[in-house]
Amino acid sequence: MNKSKEQLLNKRYKAEQRFRLYGLSAIFMALLFLTIFIFKIFSTGYSAFQKTWLIVPVTFDAELMMLEQNPSNEDLQDADYYDIALKSMADLDPNANEDQENELKRMVSYFFEKEIKNELLNNPGLIGKTKEVYLTASDDLDQVFKGNYPRDLPEDQRRVSDYQLKIFDQLVAKGKVESKFNISFFTYADSREPELAGIASSFMGSIFSILVCLMIAFPVAVLAAIYLEEFAPKNRFTDFIEVNINNLAAVPSIVFGLLGLGVLLAIFHLPRSTPLVGGITLSLMTLPTIIIAARASLKAVPPSIREAALAMGASRMQTTMHHTVPLSMPGTLSGTIIGLAQALGETAPLILIGMVAFVNTIPGSPMDPAASLPVQIYIWAESAERGFVEKVSACIMVLLGFLIIMNLFAQIIRHKFEKKWS
Amino acid sequence: MNLILFTFIVLLGFTSYYFGRKKAYTIQSSNKRLTALPQFYGYYLAIWCAIPAFIIFSLWAIFEPTIVKLLVLSDYSNQGYLDDELNLIYEKTKSLSRGQFTGEITPFIESSAEKYLSLRSIAQSSKAVIVLSIIIASVAYAYKRISSNSRTREPVEKFLNAVLFTASLAAILTTVGIVFSLIFQTIDFFKVIPLFDFVFGTHWYPAKAFVRDSSEALDPSMYSDTFGAVPIFAGTFFIAFIAMCVAIPIGLMSGIYLAEYASSKVRQYAKPLIEILAGIPTVVYGFFAALTVGPFLKELGTSMGLEVSAESALAAGGVMGIMIIPFISSLSDDVITSVPQSLRDGSYAMGATKSETIKRVIFPAALPGIVGSILLGVSRAIGETMIVVMASGLAANLTLNPLESTSTITAQIVVILIGDQAFGDPKTQAAFALGMSLFLVTLCLNIVALRVVKKYREKYE
Repeated sequence: MNKSKEQLLNKRYKAEQRFRLYGLSAIFMALLFLTIFIFKIFSTGYSAFQKTWLIVPVTFDAELMMLEQNPSNEDLQDADYYDIALKSMADLDPNANEDQENELKRMVSYFFEKEIKNELLNNPGLIGKTKEVYLTASDDLDQVFKGNYPRDLPEDQRRVSDYQLKIFDQLVAKGKVESKFNISFFTYADSREPELAGIASSFMGSIFSILVCLMIAFPVAVLAAIYLEEFAPKNRFTDFIEVNINNLAAVPSIVFGLLGLGVLLAIFHLPRSTPLVGGITLSLMTLPTIIIAARASLKAVPPSIREAALAMGASRMQTTMHHTVPLSMPGTLSGTIIGLAQALGETAPLILIGMVAFVNTIPGSPMDPAASLPVQIYIWAESAERGFVEKVSACIMVLLGFLIIMNLFAQIIRHKFEKKWS
Repeated sequence: MNLILFTFIVLLGFTSYYFGRKKAYTIQSSNKRLTALPQFYGYYLAIWCAIPAFIIFSLWAIFEPTIVKLLVLSDYSNQGYLDDELNLIYEKTKSLSRGQFTGEITPFIESSAEKYLSLRSIAQSSKAVIVLSIIIASVAYAYKRISSNSRTREPVEKFLNAVLFTASLAAILTTVGIVFSLIFQTIDFFKVIPLFDFVFGTHWYPAKAFVRDSSEALDPSMYSDTFGAVPIFAGTFFIAFIAMCVAIPIGLMSGIYLAEYASSKVRQYAKPLIEILAGIPTVVYGFFAALTVGPFLKELGTSMGLEVSAESALAAGGVMGIMIIPFISSLSDDVITSVPQSLRDGSYAMGATKSETIKRVIFPAALPGIVGSILLGVSRAIGETMIVVMASGLAANLTLNPLESTSTITAQIVVILIGDQAFGDPKTQAAFALGMSLFLVTLCLNIVALRVVKKYREKYE
């Protein structure tokens, strides 16, 4: 009898330990996913912040450039750089035949002409002389140099030919290949060529959309929250508004995209693919988030504050506007930032309103077509070129960086400025 | 031009605030009592300045293009043009007047472009004149009205109250906007495709319904057997089911552990860390699923002799499950913590161990709240877009094999609507019909879930 009791107790204790272990392993798994995730993104993305350059001697032959004696700045602008660019690439291997010359040309990006031109424009005294110029390597060689590209594949399965690899290895041996910080990733717009693609256009698109979203959602949401928390009578209509807000907060984001497409584009004829429409769509999406946060922080202001103001003869509007609302601002602001962070990471609604169009210019206003950072991730992730994989990861790193900064900022506002009532 | 006028109105608003306040001070200095604080006199005047001006301004913005268009096109009436042709002529006229016209310029269009430009300039200048005179009239009227014994606080506060109320309507307007944008296209869609075919058909090939010349009559037989949404609905629920198979055990167990076992220190760090998973944009999950998990599962399957699609439902659903973990864990954590301590104490007093208390007492007590959180998770899984678009297949495939690829409602909406859309085309309308079904399903789930959670909260608060 006693023994079976002990057995039972042991069994129960074991069950207790097992249960505890399940809980612990669940948390462990969730954190493991997070770690794998971050690790994967960082390990594939960090190399995109480096860019490979080939250092190629270029002879600025005035004759080949069709330049006359003492050319003006304008002449230099209009000069023909293609021939000298081609020639300097072909000179890498003096014995190259025509096919091989073509392959040599494809070792650098199609910007090579422009890069040579910029070199001369910066230093017009170079005419007739030879100088080593940094040229952007093609994305395949870039990947080879970073070790992301398998070199041991059979030649017909690679985009880099054996010949190109041979010349490239000679350049590496001579120290004529250099890896430098990839500034163009931050300053260039999108491009079909991975080595020239940058996030500037989508970054500006994101900034403009978020600004439009902030300018619409913040005032409307705060005013709505003030009304619902401080002035609204308790009746069915107010209840209806509340149900609506709670529901909107859980409506799938793609439905807001359909709203943007069906109303903003089809009925109001706002310009397609622009951050303006994207921002309005996102503002409708963040509206409930901000309203809920603002209401919570208005509710947290103790009634004694209101009573004191009313007792001093302030009207209800004055009490609210001069006392309650300023006291609730830290909570409201941090809720707003969190809502904006959500909007910043949103992709699906922006795709529907056409912000996936290929944009190779940097937008200057919310009325110009643009992509946004998450949409850029989507566009690049759907591209076949190997060079885009690291770009996607790098773009994700930038996006996550922004989200972390925004969330930290929200935390700081909340902890630093919020009054603790006790 | 609009911007200048707009700035001007705002500036005038500030000036009239200043004048209103100044008048209040003059009244005060003549030893009369004011009925409100001086700034209310200012607000009063500023409202009288800006509001009528803005009303005229926006009415003008709404009606001007239509009236100008009517006037320009009146030259072409009685010439037997169709509406579409008239619209085309008007577009040409507009682009010519902006200097962006590239086609052949006919004298007709040139003359209407000139007319268009002159009408526009007349409209602009008359708008400025009318807005300014309205401002002067209303400010003068209001300025005369404010005196020591006139009320200014009440009207200003009433106005503010109206503004607050209007802002609170935004949520209703958004819902109305959603229903409005979905319903017309959906109705048009069901005029061509019978509802029965949509709900019970098992073949979904929207690509078959290509865009045709609008002059051709719609031929319903062309669309038969193209818009059967069963594979789509099945795929949606299947992927959501896989996601919940990952999210419920992990999310629920972490929620229980955090609420009942974890020391405050572990809780302080583990909870925000898990919640990071909810803050990661879904496109990032999509990339992860498509690039890492999909190929990994495929390789794993091949090594075990299984045939796994690189775009398997398992990859999309699994990653989606990871995304949903924090929703379930935080909500069930909240729900479990709000179960009253007395229930726990009673159970411990009877000699139950902690896990027995959790399983037999706390879990049943918290069940409604947990069910609510799971339903919210399901609603999120059904509405999730980017993961499925990037990681699961785009062709509808009626299957229950998690290793094959399937498609979902959201993925199909994106596939159909990406790029240029032709409104009035059954294919586009199909996307809106799918959107409508998505909206309805998630709406029901949300309403039920929110109600369950609310009922539960009321029970213990």
